[in-house]
Amino acid sequence: MPQILVEDLVKTFRVSKRQIGLWGALKGLVAREHIFVSALDRVSFAIGEGELVGYLGPNGAGKSTTVKILSGILVPDSGICQVMGRTPWQERIDHVRHVGVVFGQRSQLWWDLPVIDSFELLRDIYRLSPTAYQATLEEMVDTLQLSNLLEIPVRQLSLGQRMRCDLAASLLHRPQLLFLDEPTIGLDAVSKLAVREFVKKLNQEHGTTVILTTHDMDDVEALCSRVMVIGRGRILAQGSLRDLRDQVTRERRLIVELDPDYPREYIAETLPQAKLVKWEGSRAHFSFDPTEVTPAELISEISGHFPIRDLLVENPPIDEVISRLYGELQL
Amino acid sequence: MNTKVYRAIIRLRFLLLVQYRAAALAGISTQFMFGFVKVMVLEAFYLSSTTAQPMSLQQAIGYVWLGQAMLGMLPWNGDADIQALIRSGNVAYELCRPLDLYNQWYARAIALRVAPTLLRAVPLFLISLFVLPSRYSLSVPTLSSLAVWILATIGALLLGCAITNLMNISMLWTISGEGIIRLLPAVVTVFSGMTIPLPLFPNWSHKILELLPFAGLVDTPARFFTGQLDPNQIWLFLARQLIWTAILIIWGRWLLARGLRRVVVQGG
Repeated sequence: MPQILVEDLVKTFRVSKRQIGLWGALKGLVAREHIFVSALDRVSFAIGEGELVGYLGPNGAGKSTTVKILSGILVPDSGICQVMGRTPWQERIDHVRHVGVVFGQRSQLWWDLPVIDSFELLRDIYRLSPTAYQATLEEMVDTLQLSNLLEIPVRQLSLGQRMRCDLAASLLHRPQLLFLDEPTIGLDAVSKLAVREFVKKLNQEHGTTVILTTHDMDDVEALCSRVMVIGRGRILAQGSLRDLRDQVTRERRLIVELDPDYPREYIAETLPQAKLVKWEGSRAHFSFDPTEVTPAELISEISGHFPIRDLLVENPPIDEVISRLYGELQL
Repeated sequence: MNTKVYRAIIRLRFLLLVQYRAAALAGISTQFMFGFVKVMVLEAFYLSSTTAQPMSLQQAIGYVWLGQAMLGMLPWNGDADIQALIRSGNVAYELCRPLDLYNQWYARAIALRVAPTLLRAVPLFLISLFVLPSRYSLSVPTLSSLAVWILATIGALLLGCAITNLMNISMLWTISGEGIIRLLPAVVTVFSGMTIPLPLFPNWSHKILELLPFAGLVDTPARFFTGQLDPNQIWLFLARQLIWTAILIIWGRWLLARGLRRVVVQGG
């Protein structure tokens, strides 16, 4: 049985509709209209132990709702959800003992207290033995470089520092399962890399299952062996990033840097198998389908006719793939 | 039950709350001022009244000072931190802990009530017991009165925390929580004896006041301290405090369980 099994999960929120203006507000006092927003509409998936899964979807697609149900915070309307054999909302306390959660936009640390105080409170909450706690803490301090941060009140930390501390806090009890809800949101490049490195290492060395929701496609590309795309409350696509990319487009990019003095008028005619997308200074961007023409053929063709300074072949940016995928799925 | 973690929560909250020294200082002077005004009013009332009162002026003055000294324990508000947690959605993190949420919030309530009281009560007691002229001072209690006052104060604390927790939980319904937060202080201050000592209320109301939970907050400890109640009666009054505490805890737990089923963690 997979570590996480979700079948036909449904969650609908009732939102009271406000009417515009004073008259609308007065009417709202007597009879309020409600609209039902379907956050999850029969979502099903399975995740095995040790997987690192990216959970993607546009804003409001139901990603966070899923994570909140899996972590025992929300109760769904119907459906089956088994995490390590438990139903989260029915056995909340036993369930959360084995689960770690990081919500990128929130902090689980006590705002006014030094970081270490929050850690020690978590030690008591999870009833960790002093030796186990000390060992985990040392590992965290080491890999996340927290040694200078522990004595500082949380409110004085930068966002990147705080996120590192939040990650450590969610892992002190060595959960088998970690939910990361937009962990890199708002972080600078260095902090993002640090978080990614850490998550990767955690998954590889400790075998921790990680479910990552994010809008940062670099996170996904760097980390996830499998992605699931949710939209309008349903799982619309899943597979490896490569599968998804192929599903959207087989297109590759060839970028050629030419001698700036060389006439460039005929370059498009030289390469009929590829399409000239744009010029960027002396760089020509081509797109081509690798099933029609191999990159090697293209390169030998172009280098036979033009003096080339530099060239590279790349995939279309993952952001573009995903936004096209959302477009195809009409999200 | 894992009491260690609840003790840790109380300790952490306590350490935070005792940092607000300026607030404590302001509180001490305000409560001192209010105490004086009330004492003056009571004196004028007693001097102009010809009928015998249910408590002596000295007892009434003592009652007022005790109320002022222990004001921090009065459950007149919810925990602002919990209110912020609910409003911001950070309550999500509280729900991913292997802890009973009611107990966790109750532990916070204990710190919320005890920390400001300790800061403010000590100077107010010292001044009202030993510095003020005897006419306006709090009389030194007998040893048995002091002992039963301590018991009644513990009872008042447990009861006050149950009421505080109800206010915390009510915030799950009205997101701002302000409806109840504005209504309750009036009810609590009047019916606990904080505004006017309960024995001075009309006779017909005493039965009702005794049935309500609020008398256990201020009136009961103050009357034992000033000797207006016989120390032998402590068990009856303690039982009333504890029964109400139990009722309010059961009610709070039921409300919390219902509230969490309908919780919607907004955003993010």
